[in-house]
Amino acid sequence: MAIESDVLVVGGGLAGLTSALAAARAGADTRLVSYKQSTLRHASGLVDVLGYTPDGDGPLVDPFDAIPDLPESHPYRTVGVETVREALELFDDAAPHYRGSHTDANALLPTHGGTVKPTARYPAGASAGVASDDRDTLLVGFEAMPDFDAPQATAHLDAAGVPFGVRGATIRFPGDLRADAKITRYAKLLDTDGTVTVDGRDRPVREALAERVKAELDGEERVGFPAILGDDDAAGVRDALANDLGAAVFEVPMGPPSLPGLRLEDALFDALDDAGVSIETGNPVVDYDGDDRVEQVYVEKNGARIPNAAEQYVLATGGLVGKGVESDREGVYEPIFDCHVAHADDRYDWFADDVFGDHQFARFGVATDDSLRPEAADGSTEFENLRAAGSVLGGYDFAAEKSGGGVSIATGYAAGRRAAEETQ
Amino acid sequence: MASVPHIAVVGGGSTGTGVARDLAMRGFDVTLVEQGNLTHGTTGRMHGLLHSGGRYAVADQASARECIAENRVLRDIASHCVEETGGLFVKRPEDSEQYFQEKLRGCEACDIPADVISGEQAREMEPHLAKDVEKAIVVPDGAVDPFRLVVANAASAQEHGARIETHSTVTDVLVEGGEVVGLEVEHDSGPGKHVHGTEGGIEEIRADHVVNATGAWAGRIGDMAGVDVAVRPSKGVMTVTNVRQVDTVVNRCRPKGDADIVVPHETTAILGTTDVEVDDPEDYPEEQWEVDELVDTLAELVPMLAEARTIRSFWGVRPLYEPPDVASDDPTDITRDFFLLDHVDRDDLPGMTTVVGGKFTTYRMMAESVVDHVCERFGVDAECRTADVPLPGSEEFSVLRDYMDEFGLRSPIGRRSVERLGSRADDVLATEEPNPVVCECEGVTRAELQDAIGQSGSDLNAVRIRTRASMGNCQGGFCAHRMASELHGDGGYDEATARRAWDDLLQERWKGQRHALWGEQLSQAMLNYALHATTQNRDNDPVDGDDVDFAAFDGGPEAVRTDGDNRGN
Repeated sequence: MAIESDVLVVGGGLAGLTSALAAARAGADTRLVSYKQSTLRHASGLVDVLGYTPDGDGPLVDPFDAIPDLPESHPYRTVGVETVREALELFDDAAPHYRGSHTDANALLPTHGGTVKPTARYPAGASAGVASDDRDTLLVGFEAMPDFDAPQATAHLDAAGVPFGVRGATIRFPGDLRADAKITRYAKLLDTDGTVTVDGRDRPVREALAERVKAELDGEERVGFPAILGDDDAAGVRDALANDLGAAVFEVPMGPPSLPGLRLEDALFDALDDAGVSIETGNPVVDYDGDDRVEQVYVEKNGARIPNAAEQYVLATGGLVGKGVESDREGVYEPIFDCHVAHADDRYDWFADDVFGDHQFARFGVATDDSLRPEAADGSTEFENLRAAGSVLGGYDFAAEKSGGGVSIATGYAAGRRAAEETQ
Repeated sequence: MASVPHIAVVGGGSTGTGVARDLAMRGFDVTLVEQGNLTHGTTGRMHGLLHSGGRYAVADQASARECIAENRVLRDIASHCVEETGGLFVKRPEDSEQYFQEKLRGCEACDIPADVISGEQAREMEPHLAKDVEKAIVVPDGAVDPFRLVVANAASAQEHGARIETHSTVTDVLVEGGEVVGLEVEHDSGPGKHVHGTEGGIEEIRADHVVNATGAWAGRIGDMAGVDVAVRPSKGVMTVTNVRQVDTVVNRCRPKGDADIVVPHETTAILGTTDVEVDDPEDYPEEQWEVDELVDTLAELVPMLAEARTIRSFWGVRPLYEPPDVASDDPTDITRDFFLLDHVDRDDLPGMTTVVGGKFTTYRMMAESVVDHVCERFGVDAECRTADVPLPGSEEFSVLRDYMDEFGLRSPIGRRSVERLGSRADDVLATEEPNPVVCECEGVTRAELQDAIGQSGSDLNAVRIRTRASMGNCQGGFCAHRMASELHGDGGYDEATARRAWDDLLQERWKGQRHALWGEQLSQAMLNYALHATTQNRDNDPVDGDDVDFAAFDGGPEAVRTDGDNRGN
């Protein structure tokens, strides 16, 4: 006997979560199955909509303005700019700790490499760091954390001509965390305001940290840290530090494992719980039954194949990183439903010679009809009740455009809502 | 002539640095010039096999004897560069029994220890060997890190007073009165290049003798001197996998052929190779079929290789040479012997000697014979000591010491750092500062990177080959920017220099990955691209583009929010 729902979403990244939320809020009985850790832990936590055109023009001030001029094959063109706006409204509601909805303009946020990048939504924890704010800034890094080098980021931002004075300082994190302590160790310690020993004296870590930073502060009105300031109680950690320092506090997003990405994932899972979505994580969808329609899919669990049946399905398994698109020496394919993925026969055409060249692989994914249903090579619909959302879609290079979060949210929303409508 | 003859050595590979070390130890004044960083040419592009000689035991017993002799020398003088993996010559059912017996007798004739084991015994040693492997010959093959070995030779030469100039291209060989009298060298003082001595520009290096140890590039130096050195460069492809599928060198026991060896290296294995003659050692096609054939053929020995994650592929060119009267059609027929070309006898041009051909394993012996020749020329009576004096880093080598407490490192990291550094570990790792791991895949710490930066300057690719940082699974995805930070921080370089070195490193890492872009490694490449372009926005670095109009962008929610609620998680 299959587990049944109206809508079944396969994939637990930003697209899958948005899709399940949209479907559930539209009244469908919705179930989400997700295999691995979501790629949100790899993501900076910034939600980009569009920072550069496919031709590389930018940074764009207004992403919404540029959407109608994108190539027709672009997922944003498939759903349309109004749907992008509606989807962001849903996102803003589900992730209330995000900022940026007050304007259509992109914000420029400092990166841990010392550049700035255009983004449409950013966590409250990053908001005091926007680069168009002209308050003088102190960046603080930690000796034992090579992922963020404050003096280098400072010099790089300076070279980029940011409109504020910026200084960098490297300090030793209070206490005796090992040199290779995980990011989450720092976050947990700050969350709980745990005790650390400094100069033989036991002190709460927030206070001890603020004291070390204060010694470096020279009138700056804001202080940026690597994104380790708490997990469950990030706002509390920031407030405590800001109070002690007498300055605004922000986080600079970093690479994996990314706490802002993980916090976003938590917020969206909470929203799904509130919307009554049934969620199963940790087990892969390995196969399906069906011909023109998907009848049921099989979730592999402890060696058994558990059938899951729904009226409508959303494929949100990710791209090459999330393994929603896979490849071998022979070609590129979508592993669950074997939806068509266009690619050059010669694998040497998959990439450009320059590291940041125009890579075909970055655009690998399924092509869809107007309703986001994947299409076969001949343009026919693969399955009448299967829609695709997020990075499993082809035709756009999210890394170059800075459009990953926005496309996932917009297509996730559109696919989830359409799936729910079909069930009514 | 000055009282101490000055010898200019061209080429910073194993032969050139070996010659420089030997010359310096025998009291010569030495300048070595290399167009790239050390190991820029063939030495940096090989499978790192320390030959037992077993490979040549049937067809070329003279080479086989040299190999086993030098194999023993290197284990002794360069223990920190050698991993004593042992090797197997593996016979599949379709491989010739007669050849297997010839191999065995050949090894015995050349004093190469060789034992026959059954297929079952071979699979006990290497569980991933194919089920139908019938039997194998065990030989003392090993894995050698060519980067470390060359750096150690250069360091030893320097300790004996030699001047080592990397990133210095020979633009002319100076000939006066029918004699070679030196070199014209262009130092590349551009961004990210380490130049000590003369800062930039053209330098004339006068020398009493020039040794051309440029391998596949020897013809080019010959042309500059007006002599014909017909090197026949032959390319071979190697593919690196992400894990060690084998812990022993696995050879196919059959007459010469492509794709017949797997060499374990640190956390990886290197599959090799092919043999195709090319015209230009710097410009030759790198083709997909070569990689495919390599993987498919070696999967007959180790089936799991068919599905292995390959992290990059690279090509090297062998500096093969044969005397003009031999004229082999097939590059695999060209001898692996080395040749010392004395241009006085050969071309009536005194002042220069060229060394070509040969094998990495016997580099020291080649160097010795070159230096014997130079000694004879100058009437110098000095014994070669390179076979007896350990290379820097290999004295008091003890991998078993537990550095965990001493350096605050997790033990696997500590052990691997010590393996890389040899007896220099104490000096390098004994720091008061926190010593975090910067490259997680290869376990390379900040102290090691700083040590390498001190030696190599701001060229992160040179830092990479000294430390292996950015050479693991992620190919620099997670650590390239951290390496740049090390340059900027304690390394003492300005931000612009560090940024350019970072760009160069990203580009170099990309170059080799392109030939392994499918499956897991394509997934990794996309993740790296996303990290570098999306999270770091390095593809649109605002420093590189037009000025950004910051005022046109969102100034932050506080500019408009009046409810004071900027909290949230």
